[in-house]
Amino acid sequence: MSATTLPDPAASTSAHAPRYAPGERVHVLRVDVPGHIRTPWYVRGRTGVIDRVVGAFRNPEELAYGRSGEQRRYLYRVRFVQREVWPDYAGAAVDTVDVDLYEHWLRKA
Amino acid sequence: MHTGHSHGAGGGPVDHHDHLHGEAAHDPHAPQPDHDDTLTYYRRLEIAVRELLIEKGVLSADEIRRTVENYDSRTPEGGARVVARAWVDPQFKALLLRDARAACESMGFDMNVFEVELTAVENTPEVHNVVVCTLCSCYPRMLLGMPPAWYKSRAYRSRLVREPRAVLREFGTELPESVAVRVHDSTADLRYLVVPMRPAGSEGLDEAALASLVTRDSMVGVTALPPVGPRAG
Repeated sequence: MSATTLPDPAASTSAHAPRYAPGERVHVLRVDVPGHIRTPWYVRGRTGVIDRVVGAFRNPEELAYGRSGEQRRYLYRVRFVQREVWPDYAGAAVDTVDVDLYEHWLRKA
Repeated sequence: MHTGHSHGAGGGPVDHHDHLHGEAAHDPHAPQPDHDDTLTYYRRLEIAVRELLIEKGVLSADEIRRTVENYDSRTPEGGARVVARAWVDPQFKALLLRDARAACESMGFDMNVFEVELTAVENTPEVHNVVVCTLCSCYPRMLLGMPPAWYKSRAYRSRLVREPRAVLREFGTELPESVAVRVHDSTADLRYLVVPMRPAGSEGLDEAALASLVTRDSMVGVTALPPVGPRAG
């Protein structure tokens, strides 16, 4: 399923506890938005597993335009199985790629 | 008549005594070319922004110089010292893997210049870690200094996530299928330091000698460290 906009920033802030815990499966939003986006294209629409909750950081998508970056966003290290990211992946089944992703780009899988 | 030079190509240094070059070409006092002929668009932009920041009092020239100096003072030897300490001190290694910032600060590294977090990932016989920034050139500069040109190249950035084993092979790193290749795409506020496996044959070495074995590329994860010993040299 694909969306055309990101969720309202106010709905995803550091005022709450992290939404996701290590081991949980998450889906990366398949959204095409302009700006200083830190979510690489190759994982949009893919499903991964939370490896680690890194912490709450000022939002770089806002910081890049001289704004405060508040509210802070939780950042997660999300692990993807390479063969699920690249259907023609030539390496081993155990190979993975870890990507650092902000909470507002994720949704429970 | 000479049809062309072959300096070094195919057979080592070429004997120059059998022919004459033009006098000007060998004038030892000829003016050296200037190196300020690369006033590209982005260089011009950087100069304009820097001068505006100074003019408006946002930053002083001295602050900018000190920050550049701080960046330039970082070299892979910093990372190598951290890795060697982790090899000899299990408690330090546990701290490094849990809280790399605290571990590095305990060794005297100033981590506050960099507004990002550092995390260390450990290579084991089962997992080989390798780092890339597909979006730009994020790199653990606080421990390794400036990234090499290949790290910033489009080829490395696009291929490492897609075919890491092929890229590693080009660096001379062949990994069996049983070893998981774990690529870290450094997209946001984390910077990654790979702690390579301690080389075989290094058992008798002290921390300083161990640090001298640790290479930049091994801490990016594109290579493993070769065994040490009289034969390996």
